[in-house]
Amino acid sequence: MAVKFDLNEREVWDGAYAASQALRQAQVDVLAAYPITPSTPIVENYGSYEANGYIDGEVIMVESEHAAMSACVGASGSGGRVATATSSQGFALMAEVLYQASGMRLPIVMTVVNRALASPLNVRGDHSDMYLGRDSGWIQLGAFNAEEAYDLTLCAFKIGEDHSVRLPVMVHQDGFTTSHTAQNVYPITDEKAYKFVGDFKPVDDMLDFSRPVTYGAQTEEDWHFEHKARQHKAIMDSRPVIDATFEEFEKLSGRKYKRVETYHMDDAEVAIVALGTTVETALVAARELREEEGIKAGVVAIRVFRPFPLDQVRLALKDVKAVSVLDRSAPGGAMGAFFNEVSAALYTTNARPLVTNYIYGLGGRDFSIAEAKRIFKEQKAHADIGHITTDIQKFSGLRGPEFGYFQTLRG
Amino acid sequence: MVEIRWHSRAGQGAVSGAKGLGDVVATTGKEVQAFALYGSAKRGAALRAYNRIDDERILNHAKFMYPDFVLVIDPALAMSDNITMNDKESTKYIVTTHLSKEELINNIPALQGKEDRVYVADCIQISLDTIGRSMPNAPMLGAFVKISGMFELDYFLENMKRVLQKFPQKIIDANMEAITRAYNEVN
Repeated sequence: MAVKFDLNEREVWDGAYAASQALRQAQVDVLAAYPITPSTPIVENYGSYEANGYIDGEVIMVESEHAAMSACVGASGSGGRVATATSSQGFALMAEVLYQASGMRLPIVMTVVNRALASPLNVRGDHSDMYLGRDSGWIQLGAFNAEEAYDLTLCAFKIGEDHSVRLPVMVHQDGFTTSHTAQNVYPITDEKAYKFVGDFKPVDDMLDFSRPVTYGAQTEEDWHFEHKARQHKAIMDSRPVIDATFEEFEKLSGRKYKRVETYHMDDAEVAIVALGTTVETALVAARELREEEGIKAGVVAIRVFRPFPLDQVRLALKDVKAVSVLDRSAPGGAMGAFFNEVSAALYTTNARPLVTNYIYGLGGRDFSIAEAKRIFKEQKAHADIGHITTDIQKFSGLRGPEFGYFQTLRG
Repeated sequence: MVEIRWHSRAGQGAVSGAKGLGDVVATTGKEVQAFALYGSAKRGAALRAYNRIDDERILNHAKFMYPDFVLVIDPALAMSDNITMNDKESTKYIVTTHLSKEELINNIPALQGKEDRVYVADCIQISLDTIGRSMPNAPMLGAFVKISGMFELDYFLENMKRVLQKFPQKIIDANMEAITRAYNEVN
């Protein structure tokens, strides 16, 4: 029986500590991990809970991230509640097994501390790893601060383990900006948190010898497509389960989450669409611009990156005149992936706001309130003139010569 | 919003100092933020740590700030690092040094004209005398409590004891002494 961990009503935790506390409260059976910066402290903290008797589950140290996710697949298939943590290169090394986990419908929870991908080597935060996982069939939740990293990790178990979902879930937080930044966190008691997450109820576990099952079977053209289509249906159909989980969490904590978060969008003329901590920084900029210059600025933030909330994104943006979508991942010869998805969502409405794309913050490059304001004002200028006057894709916060790509054919 | 920038070397405890300060400030009902900016984090490498303190939840996640307080806990960094970067006309400086305030300002042109908001304390010597090793973060907290006027010393000490509770009593006592001495000696 685990030793009781003393929690205060108000704690000052960084995002990594917050995530490790949520893993402890969820009473994970097996955590298999290979620590990598900046997600290391999640595993380190969790390891200390294990060493000091605060958890009953097992911690498996493995020889690589590929092995970490493989161990998670084995433990989850055997019928346990399973979690891990990683970042960047570790995430990339897991890539093969991520698809195995989702294809086998294993509700593993992975806390991902977002970090740039080499080369050049860089330990700081951007969304390259998160984007690498976007077609992997995992549900992807995004935290904008430390408390949200805690809250969403608790929600992740409940969503992924729901018998109508049965899919693995990633909970993303920004490297250093969230993971190593201490802020006020108001945790829920162990009893309430565990009651919310609930007991793990296995489905077709391999250790049920009275009913043998196979995981990871081969299917060629006869059945593969049906499996993958069903898997896609499962992640699309997880939307109401995510909504219901967020509603239940609100009743427990008073903290309200939505798949798409909107700030000051009721009367917004211009908007920034973003992910992660940038959302909150942009929100400060929007509020200041409203007060200082009367610019009706708003922010739309994606809480659930997968399943992509196309329905809610287009609703949030249908009345604005100009939008900038911010991608924190090197697009490698295309428009930003997030820009493409938001633009596609808007194209299914009659609204035709002017949409531009900024690549920003790679390798942890700072994103300031002043820069967010500049972007808002640029959108305002587009809105006033009625067409996009700059290149559609630009770079924010880049030193040296300016790069820009593609010009509008509208207006 | 109060914003604080620490100038330190890895190993001198600026990150712990910033987090400890955040922890104590949070007990007063304020919202806090504490983070650090370091490269490859080798012991002795220059680093900066930051605090933000506000009545409302802190939403700004940018590293960039115009600091209200600059806390320098390494004497050499006062000379070599850009400690007045992005400062304001009201920015207060607390610098660890064995020099007098006048000697220090004579050596640092960037501080000239800011005499009325520069304060000195020999946090290295205080930590050597009390804790027994160079750990200037705790004394700097005492100096900050005095100069900021943010807390009564006794309130701060009581809460700092809770932050340090995992340490042996001897270390807690030494830290309390270090904080108190710097509180009394900063000028």
